[in-house]
Amino acid sequence: MFEILEKERIGPGVNRAVISAPEIARAHKPGQFIILRTHEQGERIPLTVADKDAEKGTITLVWQEVGVTTYFMGTMCVGDRLQDLCGPLGKPTHVDKIGTVVGIGGGIGVAPLFPITKGMHDAGNHVITIVGARTEGLLIMTEDMRKVSDELLIATDDGSFGIHGFVTQVLQSLIDKGTKIDLCVAIGPVPMMRAVVNVTKAAKLPTVVSLNPIMVDGTGMCGACRVEVGGKTMFGCVDGPEFDGHEVDFDLLMKRLAMYKGSELIALNQFRESPRGCQCTFPGGA
Amino acid sequence: MTEQVKPAKKPKVPRQKMPEQSAVERAHNFYEVALGYDNDLALLEASRCLHCKKPVCMAGCPVEVDIPDFVEMVKKGDYIGAAWKVKEKNSLPRIAGRVCPQESQCEAKCVLGKKGEPCAIGRLERFVADYAAVHGEGKMPELPKPTGLRVGVVGSGPAGLTLAGALIKKGVAVTVFEALHELGGVLVYGIPEFRLPKAIVRSEVDELRRMGVEFKTNWVIGRIETVDDLLEKRKYDAVFIGSGAGAPLFLRIPGENLNGVYSANEFLTRANLMKAYLFPENDTPIAKGRRVVVFGGGNVAMDSARSALRLGAEEVTIVYRRTMEELPARSEEVHHAVEEGIKFQLLTAPLNIIGNDAGWAVGIHCQKMTLGEPDASGRRRPVPTEEYFDIECDTVIVAIGNAANPLVPSTTKALETNKWGNIVADLESGKTSKDRVWAGGDIVTGAATVILAMGAGRKAGLSMLSTFGIS
Ligand SMILES: Cc1cc2nc3c(=O)[nH]c(=O)nc-3n(C[C@H](O)[C@H](O)[C@H](O)COP(=O)(O)OP(=O)(O)OC[C@H]3O[C@@H](n4cnc5c(N)ncnc54)[C@H](O)[C@@H]3O)c2cc1C
Ligand SMILES: Cc1cc2nc3c(=O)[nH]c(=O)nc-3n(C[C@H](O)[C@H](O)[C@H](O)COP(=O)(O)OP(=O)(O)OC[C@H]3O[C@@H](n4cnc5c(N)ncnc54)[C@H](O)[C@@H]3O)c2cc1C
Ligand code: SF4
Ligand code: SF4
Ligand code: FES
Repeated sequence: MFEILEKERIGPGVNRAVISAPEIARAHKPGQFIILRTHEQGERIPLTVADKDAEKGTITLVWQEVGVTTYFMGTMCVGDRLQDLCGPLGKPTHVDKIGTVVGIGGGIGVAPLFPITKGMHDAGNHVITIVGARTEGLLIMTEDMRKVSDELLIATDDGSFGIHGFVTQVLQSLIDKGTKIDLCVAIGPVPMMRAVVNVTKAAKLPTVVSLNPIMVDGTGMCGACRVEVGGKTMFGCVDGPEFDGHEVDFDLLMKRLAMYKGSELIALNQFRESPRGCQCTFPGGA
Repeated sequence: MTEQVKPAKKPKVPRQKMPEQSAVERAHNFYEVALGYDNDLALLEASRCLHCKKPVCMAGCPVEVDIPDFVEMVKKGDYIGAAWKVKEKNSLPRIAGRVCPQESQCEAKCVLGKKGEPCAIGRLERFVADYAAVHGEGKMPELPKPTGLRVGVVGSGPAGLTLAGALIKKGVAVTVFEALHELGGVLVYGIPEFRLPKAIVRSEVDELRRMGVEFKTNWVIGRIETVDDLLEKRKYDAVFIGSGAGAPLFLRIPGENLNGVYSANEFLTRANLMKAYLFPENDTPIAKGRRVVVFGGGNVAMDSARSALRLGAEEVTIVYRRTMEELPARSEEVHHAVEEGIKFQLLTAPLNIIGNDAGWAVGIHCQKMTLGEPDASGRRRPVPTEEYFDIECDTVIVAIGNAANPLVPSTTKALETNKWGNIVADLESGKTSKDRVWAGGDIVTGAATVILAMGAGRKAGLSMLSTFGIS
């Protein structure tokens, strides 16, 4: 089970893998995620299901290497297996025909935005997608996004590709042009989501964000994933991961994400000194 | 350690202590605290039992283990026979013998307790079950021919496992669906290794597997499929819901979302299930606090405090609103905690958690309480005073209880729940308001005990069998 069928590097430190998981592929809806464990001593980490093929029984994961688990997964190859894969988890996105939807994806956030965009597009909405990255080389999945968007706007912070500037500036100019927008969906690094929400709050545009708090079980059992929304404590894994962006306490989320900084560094350094797992030189691998 | 006792006349033999790791040693490791009786100690302890005609002890056991008879077999040295005797009523005796609150159940009723100390029934139960596991391997009950009936079980805690055992022995096929990657429920993610070694839970699960029970882990009912799907798409003849009381309660006081503040579930899950005490060999981190404060006074609070100590905390303090007398934890656990150096800050209520600029907990602001009139539960009610003070700390563990996880009830059609979100089920049969659906354990009663969950699994199993027309 959970065999890696395809694996490629799609950007610096960013990987994409297609994994055999027939039951999850069948049950999954846009906005939902999985929790995986690579091996017996591994940590449980959540990743969004970036795409799926119910017929082939596969799901696609896209991840950025930031710590011990995601680096380790970067070294895994086609034919390797994940020890555990649990999902789908979290509430699905509320997909409906509402009119014009603007999706805003920053960095790795483009991956979780993809299935939502696809869902919104399939539901008959006019979909405008804004994807952004620091520089051209860090842009991911733009061709996938193009297929499910009516309009695709690309921005880089350094102007190396597309519009020179931040996604928020692109969004602001859409608003300034008088584009009728019914819903914004923003997924990306916390500072980016916060910046988007500041823009949409001023313009009174309903905005959904997808939060990435630290999780353990993903079923509402531990409370590690606590976030504050509208002054109330919610569990990211079962009440979310999507929330009303205008109500989210981003400051708290940032602080909680830094809770294990020290330990994460220790684990990563140890991993770098003695890497484990598949060290083969298969072209699809590392 | 072991008391030296000369075999004396029956009533003169004192209750035999169980050898254990010394407090100094065990406070820094995760090995089991209590080491169990050897044959000699077991014989001595068994010799104290009067084999009463009217065994009142049995009335104290929720599953009515045949105590006098199994103890009698111990006296004769037939330990394996004794284990089978226990297993007639209690399919997980290695577990119950370790975690049952015996002092308020079977042992509370034992006649020897009237004048002196009760017979150590739990310790004997543990002894025979461990003995049989080591010496009596390979003996498997003969299984009847499959009946063709199939039952789906939600949750692999003691309720679900007991039900699975009861059904498979009658030729009913059972599949257990478990949300986590390990089987056993609270037995693996909550109760720590030093009280209940995970290898024991695994061996009990393996026995069920050998008998043919199928297990599906990483399988969250309500997400990947619903109870209705199990009945309609997978065509199970019946479904049992034993999903436990897994949703952690918080005090809802300011500062509870600061870094360093854990629910007991999270702290224990990181420590036990994810083995964070082996970090960085194991990848899951945990805040190894220097000064740890635990809110609450039950088993969960004791387990959290003692785990924090073993992870390396310099000082661990339990903050509880009442006094030592009212602590709801098993007395043995309180006793062990005190021996290990856990501090108790009694008659104290936390008002808020104090944080620093980086968002970390640095202390708690408390109010002194005093005891007032007894409340509905008969315990004296804590009443606030005008005295306030702060306790410095870097880690806070909230262990004030668990509520029902709404995931299964909320995704199941026409399943009645009460105002606390627990599933409404008949306590004798486990039948719910929904056709072909039974439920039992903490999801029905609210957070209770292992043996009650096992009892509920057993009763629901019997009820299902009689519905199927199998005796
Ligand atoms: C619902 C959800 C969906 C996500 N989807 C994606 C995705 O599609 N692609 C992707 O690249 N990342 C995604 N993430 C983030 C991803 O889970 C973390 O990057 C990953 O856990 C890091 O693990 P690590 O061991 O490699 O790094 P670590 O060294 O453990 O941590 C590095 C960073 O990851 C965060 N983190 C650590 N452990 C967890 C955890 N258990 N849960 C959440 N965050 C954690 C920490 O805050 C830290 O900033 C998602 C997170 C959530 C909650
Ligand atoms: C830290 C701690 C210490 C304790 N100490 C003691 C003690 O010393 N003595 C004692 O008698 N009792 C003790 N208890 C209480 C005892 O553990 C519980 O009463 C008992 O485990 C309840 O059993 P259960 O089968 O109802 O549920 P649980 O043991 O809670 O098991 C439920 C299982 O269902 C799974 N599940 C939940 N939702 C889903 C879903 N949607 N799909 C699939 N699976 C799902 C869960 O993951 C879990 O594995 C303690 C509890 C805790 C938390
Ligand atoms: S199962 Fe528990 S209550 Fe019953 S005899 Fe054994 S220890 Fe006592
Ligand atoms: S009541 Fe006590 S002495 Fe009597 S049979 Fe039970 S355990 Fe033995
Ligand atoms: S991850 Fe444990 S409750 Fe959300």
